[in-house]
Amino acid sequence: MARIIVVTSGKGGVGKTTTSAAISMGLAKKGHKTVVIDFDVGLRNLDLIMGCERRVVYDIINVINGEASLNQALIRDKNCNLLSILPASQTRNKDALTQEGVGKILEELAKDFKYIVCDSPAGIEQGAHLAMYFADDAFVVTNPEVSSVRDSDRMLGLLSSKSRRAERGEEPIKEYLLLSRYSPERVKSGEMLSLDDVQEILSLHLLGVIPESKSVLTSSNSGMPVILDEKSDAGQAYADIVARYLGENKPHRFIDDKSGFFRKLFGGK
Amino acid sequence: MSLLDYFRSSKTSSASLAKERLQILVAYERSSNSQPSYLPQLQKELLAVIQKYVDVNHEAMTINLEQNDNQETLELNIVLPDARRV
Repeated sequence: MARIIVVTSGKGGVGKTTTSAAISMGLAKKGHKTVVIDFDVGLRNLDLIMGCERRVVYDIINVINGEASLNQALIRDKNCNLLSILPASQTRNKDALTQEGVGKILEELAKDFKYIVCDSPAGIEQGAHLAMYFADDAFVVTNPEVSSVRDSDRMLGLLSSKSRRAERGEEPIKEYLLLSRYSPERVKSGEMLSLDDVQEILSLHLLGVIPESKSVLTSSNSGMPVILDEKSDAGQAYADIVARYLGENKPHRFIDDKSGFFRKLFGGK
Repeated sequence: MSLLDYFRSSKTSSASLAKERLQILVAYERSSNSQPSYLPQLQKELLAVIQKYVDVNHEAMTINLEQNDNQETLELNIVLPDARRV
């Protein structure tokens, strides 16, 4: 049985595409056949983050409209042959994405792939709705910042009411928190919401904390999902997240401030 | 608690302010998103009826729908004006 994961947040710029690229690569690296789908029609960027932008020929709208087969549109990742990418259309109108069309594509992909990762666009429009509608699991990417937490809470409401599972009265979508761009130092000095603060409001199952990291930008510069940068803190955080999702027991990291000898001397626990 | 923390704690941190604001907002938005869509209209019409008999304003009335395990309670709260002035 394929598992459909939606990477969502409501708010833009919190790291949905970075996360989608990283976890799909992580799942594939662990030996699971995985496909990642860009739902941001008109503003596709997953291809760029995955480094396959020059290999895009057909996209998801072409498949829905019957202008190309699914196999023609899927791009095999250059780093991992168990990973495929289905790009969004850059030119078409967003309304071209239909529930029936997406449903058919997911059904076909489910025959071949173990994990289907849906990279949701920001907002709560059609693309975001369809990215979450068929999901089994939701990765809610949140920044420790007021507008992001509020939007995440709104998305949680939609996940529990506007999904196929909700409409059919099935077991609800499993929701997980991925707290990204976290800076333990700033939390400690009282200028950033802490993990506990966010959890008190959202009360979700924590899959992992991704620290604010320079490697996210440098990885995107070169079109390599950050999880491939095994030395980087963000890369390790995503590797942990994938492992935890697959049921491995990994203690949480990147939550506490570990910088500086003097800081430890004055405030060490 | 460290020495540094002692000096820091003298003023409220911006993060705790953020948390407080979020808690209030999220609680409000959750309750307004979960209530049925007819509730604002119901409140408006009820208020119109009451205003026919008593001089109350919009703020004097609150309407609240609560859901427990197997029952729903519609709570209507009206603050009547001071009797001497009527």
